[in-house]
Amino acid sequence: MSVKVETPVTTELSDLSRDLIAVRDQRDRAAFGRLFDHFAPRLKSMLLRGGLTDGSAEDVVQDVMLAVWHKAAQFDPHRADAAGWIYGIARNRRIDMARRKPLSQPEEMPDLPSLDPDAGQVLALQQEASHLAAALARLAPEQADALRAAYFDDIPHSRISEITGLPLGTIKSRIRLGLDRLRHELRSIAP
Amino acid sequence: MTDIQHHISDELLDDYRAGALPHAFSVVVAAHLSLCDDCRARQEARDMIGGALLAGAETAQLGTDARARIMAALDTPAPAPAPRGSGVFPAPVMAELGGRPPRWRMLGGGIRQQILSADREGSLRLLYIPPGKAVPEHGHRGLELTLVLQGSFADSEGAFRRGDVETAHDDIDHQPIAGPGEPCICLAATDAPLRFHAMLPSLLQPIFRI
Ligand SMILES: [Zn+2]
Repeated sequence: MSVKVETPVTTELSDLSRDLIAVRDQRDRAAFGRLFDHFAPRLKSMLLRGGLTDGSAEDVVQDVMLAVWHKAAQFDPHRADAAGWIYGIARNRRIDMARRKPLSQPEEMPDLPSLDPDAGQVLALQQEASHLAAALARLAPEQADALRAAYFDDIPHSRISEITGLPLGTIKSRIRLGLDRLRHELRSIAP
Repeated sequence: MTDIQHHISDELLDDYRAGALPHAFSVVVAAHLSLCDDCRARQEARDMIGGALLAGAETAQLGTDARARIMAALDTPAPAPAPRGSGVFPAPVMAELGGRPPRWRMLGGGIRQQILSADREGSLRLLYIPPGKAVPEHGHRGLELTLVLQGSFADSEGAFRRGDVETAHDDIDHQPIAGPGEPCICLAATDAPLRFHAMLPSLLQPIFRI
């Protein structure tokens, strides 16, 4: 990909998303180092929480961050922030470790999202991302716990039901209500 | 892309993301995500929740050489890019086809099939149904997902076109018929073992199902 001219759109991005774009467009190693310093210790704690040993967690962190470097061309700030995009890579890597066959993956998006950035959409998406943590914190605890189990620990609904001893229908409705609530909260901060 | 009417449920999407679906179903979900911008956005929104929680997660102490290891690894060649879709087949289907066009097996009545995978957990196949013909009897007992890749079919649940996915449980007594125009090509996954009575041409005609 050719070297990009800095566009005004990037001023709306978080430092992390801006670093990821610098990796994408300039193969910027210093920016990558900053992403590593931020995400690697958090990814490791997420993986340890999921039950990996210290050594495996270190190896998976290396795999995930190397994939971030190699796949950066696919990062599109219209569709995700850096944290969500990197989380998605880590989710797939963790799941493939536990499966016989690698998880079937959707078609990759074409490598041209940045050529015509839509400042409004990038702004809206990045604002939502920046409000997401606060919106999650305002959820009822049982909804927040259900979303954390489903979307951070990547536990299937049926397994959450087994672990908590709650009926499957209760888990599903907590997830549904939690998502509805998040949607509502994010809509209320929309520009 | 925007005229897709039949999507995957939250539960299927979440099970796919958690790696909990049998392979056959996960390919159908991945193929639908390849064609459906709405569901891709649902998937990305869930990753953003994960990202927000990751950003706020505790940190764990890394090994002392972790940073040096990653910086040294940046010069390794990138892995080969994932295979792309071709024709009506999105990338995850091409991956199941091994990058080659389908090698259809004739079932009679102009209907063709290629089994892509079959194991204890379920089976995945491509079906090719000429206009006006019935989709072969599925013989499913559990869950079945059918994604249209070309043409259309219709049954008591509605009309299904490219990108639409029908989610059928064994309580649905449906008999899909391929629509007019192009032959219908669909990707079908079931968690029941394949039953071969579907290959008898006489059973392919809806009249014999009464
Ligand atoms: Zn969809």
